[in-house]
Amino acid sequence: MKPFLVVLALALLPGIALANDAIQISAAWARASILPSRPGAAYLTLQSDQGDRLLDVTSPIAKTIMIHQVLQSDGVSRMLHLPTLDLQPGQALAMAPGHLHLMMLGLTEKLVEGTEFPLVLQFENAGEVSVNVSVLGIAALGPAEVDQ
Amino acid sequence: MNNIPKINRLKPLRHLAWGALAIVVAASAGHLAWRTLYPSTEPARVVVTGEALIKSQFSLIDHTGQRVSELDYRDRWQLVFFGFTYCPDICPTTLSYVANILDLLGGDADHVAPLFITVDPARDTQEVMAEYVSVFHPQLIGLTGTEAEVASAAQSFRVFFEKRTDETAPDGYLMAHSGYIYLMTPDGKYEAIFLEGRETPETVAEQIQLRIEKENRS
Ligand SMILES: [Cu+2]
Repeated sequence: MKPFLVVLALALLPGIALANDAIQISAAWARASILPSRPGAAYLTLQSDQGDRLLDVTSPIAKTIMIHQVLQSDGVSRMLHLPTLDLQPGQALAMAPGHLHLMMLGLTEKLVEGTEFPLVLQFENAGEVSVNVSVLGIAALGPAEVDQ
Repeated sequence: MNNIPKINRLKPLRHLAWGALAIVVAASAGHLAWRTLYPSTEPARVVVTGEALIKSQFSLIDHTGQRVSELDYRDRWQLVFFGFTYCPDICPTTLSYVANILDLLGGDADHVAPLFITVDPARDTQEVMAEYVSVFHPQLIGLTGTEAEVASAAQSFRVFFEKRTDETAPDGYLMAHSGYIYLMTPDGKYEAIFLEGRETPETVAEQIQLRIEKENRS
């Protein structure tokens, strides 16, 4: 009974990656959305000691999740869809507004500030990893400890 | 996904976008040359060439449902920028940047008309704009219209935008657009250009305040 409770408690901790330690996921957050019919944006910091590749991201609250890179040149910004994302060994990859985000399309619900939702990430080496994402303000630029 | 009707519908827009692109490309070359020659000049005055051509001229519907033109804001400095509500990354950053500027202006914000013009009028209806802008700032004005009206407004500001078909995007298209924020004089002439990430909101508020004070003195 007790070990089960420990596992359950761990599973409920926000922002902690489960399933394995081949990959570290931190600062998992998303922007609150205004209209439920509009896409949301989520951000993660990923690091793998051996190097890895993010193949796919899913969530029970979104129909499709795409990796988007924002390209800005001379004031014109554009979102570029990346099929996968390579992680260099030992190098943290931090998604951030204006740079890299997970575009969440077809949300089943509005992302409300102060709530959380799960993401399931599929890595080439680390396999499937789940993470809880905290919803921050509508124009947040990152969790406070990362921002400052 | 059936893209054919979409492509047909977008044809006139494409032409406009390409025209605007040519202007942007030409302007960018000048801008680059300028930056190389004068790397440390005051950022707010570094502007794209052809600025004299930029003017505020539009006929659109505001988020309360009123038909408006630049003449409805002629008692105020206009702070004009383009975007769309399907953009969860860049656009909220720009909108909150403008909201910050308005907060910093305090009472002087009454002399400013902050105009957010959608480049995606098919999805950004008046109702959508009303809900969207109110989240960021009570003074923010959202403008939409027909595709032709929006294209014409973008053209008067020499703003580039495009619709690109992308099967994985909602409704099959993604938009790219210019993130510049234009400060226009009360009579709709070009005054200055700002960019989130390049000028702090404090700098922009100060630049606007200086002009309001100058105007009050004269
Ligand atoms: Cu995106």
